Amino acid sequence: MQEIPINTITSPNVILELIYRLKVKDVMTTDLVTAGKETTLRQIQYIMREKQVTGLPIVVGKRLIGIVSMDDIIQALDKGYIEEKAQDHMTRNLIVLEDDMPISFAISYFDRFSYHRFPVLNKHKELVGMITSRDITSTLLVEINREIEELEKRTRTTSLSEEMSGEIHTYTIMKNDFENAGYASTEIKKRLKSAGIAPHIIRRAAIASYELEMNLVVHSDGGELIAEYSPQTMQITARDSGPGISDVEAALTPGWSTASEWIRSLGFGAGMGLPNVRSVADDFTIESNRNGTTVVCTIELHPKQEER
Amino acid sequence: MVVQDLAQLEGFTTQCMGNGSQQIQDAYTGDLLSDVMGNAPAESVLITIQAHKNTVAVASLAGIRALVICNNRSIPSDMLQAAEDEEIAIFTTAETQFEASCRIAAALGRINAGKA
Repeated sequence: MQEIPINTITSPNVILELIYRLKVKDVMTTDLVTAGKETTLRQIQYIMREKQVTGLPIVVGKRLIGIVSMDDIIQALDKGYIEEKAQDHMTRNLIVLEDDMPISFAISYFDRFSYHRFPVLNKHKELVGMITSRDITSTLLVEINREIEELEKRTRTTSLSEEMSGEIHTYTIMKNDFENAGYASTEIKKRLKSAGIAPHIIRRAAIASYELEMNLVVHSDGGELIAEYSPQTMQITARDSGPGISDVEAALTPGWSTASEWIRSLGFGAGMGLPNVRSVADDFTIESNRNGTTVVCTIELHPKQEER
Repeated sequence: MVVQDLAQLEGFTTQCMGNGSQQIQDAYTGDLLSDVMGNAPAESVLITIQAHKNTVAVASLAGIRALVICNNRSIPSDMLQAAEDEEIAIFTTAETQFEASCRIAAALGRINAGKA
């Protein structure tokens, strides 16, 4: 088992996820400077100076056969064989990483071995990149920055949604009013957005409210959409005064539709409305008789398990 | 890719650019708005023939950032206005939904997606 310099049991999940989620290929440099086996160490020394690198992979095609490091060059200068070819003096006993490995591997390799860089091979054993600890540091910094931003946003969100707690908005929806269809849902979406609710939660609320709103437009004699906000949840109620759904079970079946050709030509009536609402809602109830239909759906604003 | 990259695709005409620098991660093809609503991923482009203002409303609510209207269907002015208000890009093409989808799949680097 490779060692990594943090405790993998008690460290924050976000950090652990990061070092397992990020792959070597996400971090490595792919802009490679290489040399052939016939290249002299002198030429390699010039390339290193010009390209500002401290180690050069020696390749035949895409196959890695060795590495010449700054140490090898110093040795060559010291011992007087700087004009000789790379193949005679390169390091052949190489430690390589695979591009699909999590960066936790790379971190532990840097810990275990004294090398400053590792060549990266793909599953066809072709050289695809080089990785240095600097590559890891800078990528980790960017990723940690993003994660912390996300965390800060989430903490802020909890307090923001307090502010809209208790708010109730009622929108009147007219039968066949396609002109204004979507207004209520757009208002609900804007309200959640201004309260800083996470985008994937807003999307669920938007889907539920839009489907319910369109149902009122397309199928009912008119009704209202009510949005109620509390710190942890929002509840969307669609209530109409008829004509009622003849078969509620069927209406909850994807693809079942009573919509007219005209409605279908507008892109509605796919028979996905109520199934869509039910699938995005954390809680869903429907009651219908000839005097009207009431659908209530609840969406949690801060679910503990992030599901997308 | 980003929204404005779609403008460069062969045969695509820009009707409205929305927010050109927004990322496009995925795509969805469909003409039934309710299906689109339930299944289209966020941060995506929708390929459709549904040239109607309601398509913009659905896009906005579902987090779709661009629409590609196929078969040379013309864009009603109220649709264009809604798209400008909601910052949703609209492109038109003479291609079918299938052809446009293939083109976008290639642009997204997803042409082998079926194998994955």
